[in-house]
Amino acid sequence: MHEMSLCEGVIQLIEQQADEQDFNKVTTVWLEIGALAGVEVEAMRFSFDAIARNTIADAAKLEIIHVQGHAACPLCKQQTEVSARFDLCPACGHYPLNILAGEEMRIKELEVQ
Amino acid sequence: MCTTCGCAEGDTTIEGHTHEHAHTHDHDHSHDHSHGHHHENALMATHAAGISPSRILKIEQDILSKNNAYASDNRGYFNQRNMLALNLVSSPGSGKTTLLTRTLNDLKGEVSLAVIEGDQQTVLDAERIRATGVKAIQINTGKGCHLDAHMVGHALESLKPEDNSLLFIENVGNLVCPASFDLGEAHKVVILSVTEGEDKPLKYPDMFHAAGLMLLNKTDLLPYLDFDVDQCIAYAQRVNPGITILQVSATTGEGMEQWYQWLLDLHQSIQTTTAQQITIDQDA
Repeated sequence: MHEMSLCEGVIQLIEQQADEQDFNKVTTVWLEIGALAGVEVEAMRFSFDAIARNTIADAAKLEIIHVQGHAACPLCKQQTEVSARFDLCPACGHYPLNILAGEEMRIKELEVQ
Repeated sequence: MCTTCGCAEGDTTIEGHTHEHAHTHDHDHSHDHSHGHHHENALMATHAAGISPSRILKIEQDILSKNNAYASDNRGYFNQRNMLALNLVSSPGSGKTTLLTRTLNDLKGEVSLAVIEGDQQTVLDAERIRATGVKAIQINTGKGCHLDAHMVGHALESLKPEDNSLLFIENVGNLVCPASFDLGEAHKVVILSVTEGEDKPLKYPDMFHAAGLMLLNKTDLLPYLDFDVDQCIAYAQRVNPGITILQVSATTGEGMEQWYQWLLDLHQSIQTTTAQQITIDQDA
């Protein structure tokens, strides 16, 4: 359940932003989470509501932007969608593939007042 | 929460003390404002009249950026002192502490050693380690399922490992969460025991992908188990083709010499690199 600590990280970064960018309420948080980031989205939602309580992001809406795993085969150059780190190249069966997208774990945007 | 250095781990204690007592919080960490902010991208959002104006801020910050900054501080600390730091990860019950105590007993005459122990509760493991005569400190994460770089930084303040030492950081027994948290270590070492399934590398690929070395432990029990060693190795290599795999039994000592050799070679390479740098500096 490291989603709990990830949410603590999110709140810390938001509080830091609040100091620098002068806002005192966050109403929406957009997170970008990749399919290969090892993050359970439902656990993230659950943790966020709990961790955000009594902070600047209390009752903020959490929007999670899912990023599909995407990889390229170093041998045949085929690009493909992947759902796991160890997926084989669908064209030639080679592994490992070079991961191009899907490892994201980012705060993208905030709606603030 | 500590507002000075941003500690949010309210349940974390180091040897029974909370952060507030374990250190003075007078850090001058250089990472506090090192992230790229995109003030120029702040956009005004449309809003209904009568409601306080809301705006959208583009942030684009990695959620782990704070941990990664602390990890980078720890890595600087280790480099400065020519230390080799390893992050030991596994499921609970893989025999990690037994393997570690045997390693400490066998190597303490050859190299200076130190240990940071991570568990949710109790100082039992640190006591087991200290019984070997090696310096150890316990971090209790409370509800936390992994160590993070910030906790390790605080533990180092109390542990004060010697220069040129080999530091083992024994993470909380968990094959999921510690994979994402860099502590500043040179390598993660994943310990898998043959009493677990051979498909663990596929079930927990992030951890096996993040590790530089896999120790397949409890090999003395293989005659009594239906565990396919070759299949397990193939799975680990599928997730991480570059991973080194050693088969050991911390109980009988079988295979432990290869592990010690791996450790001493790596430790030696750090000392040699530093010695070369000193020579170059003197020549310059």
